[in-house]
Amino acid sequence: MNSYPAPAAPFPAGPAPVGQGGALPPPAAYTSPIPITTTGLGHALASEWTKIRTVRSTLWTLGVMFLFVIGLGMLMTFTVGEDEYDSSPILSFGLPGVLLGQLGVVTLGVLVITSEYSTGMIRTTLTACPRRGRVLAAKAIVFFVVTLVLSTAACSLVALINYAQLGGRDITGYAYTDTGHGDVVTGQTSVTSGEVVRATFGIGLYMALLGLLALAVGVLLRHTAGAITTMLGVVLLPLLAGLFIPDDDVRETLQEYSAPNIIGELYDIPIVGEDNGWGLLGLLALVTTVTLAAAATVLHSRDV
Amino acid sequence: MIELEHLTKRYGEKLAVDGLTFTVRPGVVTGFLGPNGSGKSTTMRMMLGLDKPSSGEVRIDGKRYIDLKEPLRYIGGLLEARGVHPGRSAHNHLLCLAQSNEISPSRVNEVLDIVGLTSVAHKRSKGFSLGMGQRLGIAGALLGDPQVLLFDEPVNGLDPEGIHWIRNLIRDLADQGRTVFVSSHLMSEMALTADHLIVIGQGRLLADTTMADFITHNAHSFVRIRTPQPERLIAVLSAEGIGWDRGDEGSFEVSDVPAEQLGELAARHRLVLHELSPQRASLEEAFMRMTATSVEYHAHTPSENNGTASAGAPGAPPGAEPGSGPGSSGWGAHRKRGEGR
Repeated sequence: MNSYPAPAAPFPAGPAPVGQGGALPPPAAYTSPIPITTTGLGHALASEWTKIRTVRSTLWTLGVMFLFVIGLGMLMTFTVGEDEYDSSPILSFGLPGVLLGQLGVVTLGVLVITSEYSTGMIRTTLTACPRRGRVLAAKAIVFFVVTLVLSTAACSLVALINYAQLGGRDITGYAYTDTGHGDVVTGQTSVTSGEVVRATFGIGLYMALLGLLALAVGVLLRHTAGAITTMLGVVLLPLLAGLFIPDDDVRETLQEYSAPNIIGELYDIPIVGEDNGWGLLGLLALVTTVTLAAAATVLHSRDV
Repeated sequence: MIELEHLTKRYGEKLAVDGLTFTVRPGVVTGFLGPNGSGKSTTMRMMLGLDKPSSGEVRIDGKRYIDLKEPLRYIGGLLEARGVHPGRSAHNHLLCLAQSNEISPSRVNEVLDIVGLTSVAHKRSKGFSLGMGQRLGIAGALLGDPQVLLFDEPVNGLDPEGIHWIRNLIRDLADQGRTVFVSSHLMSEMALTADHLIVIGQGRLLADTTMADFITHNAHSFVRIRTPQPERLIAVLSAEGIGWDRGDEGSFEVSDVPAEQLGELAARHRLVLHELSPQRASLEEAFMRMTATSVEYHAHTPSENNGTASAGAPGAPPGAEPGSGPGSSGWGAHRKRGEGR
């Protein structure tokens, strides 16, 4: 029934009447045989899901994330010496992989929106769905869920490998004496459920939130390189700037609120402070929400 | 039906679109003409809800674009700049558009078939030629089987076969009762396709009329006569009170008198004629005349010379500033024939 051209169009073929000035009699307008239904967020979500899974950049960026998180994680696990797993929580060897792997997620977050600007696809997208807030919400949700699931999966895999390889060993050297670690309770390397949740879901949430922040920055800047560079600055600058600041308090504050410290806290090896990471994660969520809201406002009022 | 009401777009100090009011009607192909930089693309972007008007509004079938529940079902647009992610296959590109408007996935295959891209449906559009890219854009416009279609420079960069195909498609769409709005700077193409014309210059409406009326009112038709006996011809014409101008290569140009009458006149006076040909004014010429004064990047075109009998070369742009803009040489500068009278 979705036929085109319309069967037996009841309109005179050939050129329409000319020479009647501006007052043409309105011919009966074309009506499509396809019924019209109202669209909503669900349709936008389906559309964005198709988009994210049909470009190679998704495969590349998330592939790189997986490669770093798992590859580097395994490299660490299988090369640590005895004194190292004695002195650190055993899941924390996933940190270097996450530190690099987050860059893949950030890049994808930026590309989800800036690639539409650079290719002109954004015009097609917003013509198909003029509710710009809905488009942004759908993009954010699809991206967030995809990266949360995949980075949590990657981190879980690394945590599993770490536990299998490093767990259950006798603590021989000076023990890691922080409270709440399995090590102390059993005298063997072990993990608590809290540690596991933070090293898997916690890190996954961190990466997804950071990627979402990157997406919002991408909306604001509309430029791939600019947005990625900005995000690198956001992730690394507080930590690096801290190195050059003589004032202890300022340096510690900068380092405490730097993104890598969130990963550190979640793995129980913070650069500064003794928190478990949930507080900083909440702060990241707040920053991301505010930036997304700013992005939505700008997207709404700006010409494409 | 597309209705524009006092549509205005201002970029800082500059008025890109200045109070446009017109209606694009169903069942005919409406051509949208204007020199480069006259605000055509801006107008079309505002029609599609991409740019916000500074004032005034556009309504598609009586609704604002933002209020269209399933916009692709009402209006299909092909913008001049490509709007396709090159890394996505043609099929997936159309699929994500279809999903956002609850259009059945089977319709994707239908439109791919209509535009002839079925064989490359699962190839990434990165490798598409200009013509294939254009066809994919048109497939996107047709996806929702909309009543209103908007094509910005649809034949740009196409080969003759592609141009022919688009021309027929556009005519067919209008014959089915759809509203078809086409911009192009190819006058010959527009003359073949459009029934009605909207002409703008510097963002202002210059004409909203039928193709035939536009040409009759804005360009002059004349009869060209060549003869080996020019003095006698002049004498005969003068005796009859018929005005004439000098044309190219020693020819004469007579307006207002039909060729038949001139032929009979020549026969009565036993004049030898080597040519007696009615010259129908072209859309291009009519367009040049109308927009000569409103071309934005002016190369001092000879519009002020109109009406003088100089058959010289007023078209040469003396002292045209270097880089006088894209519009100039193409539009104003080539009016060689002196329009006397």
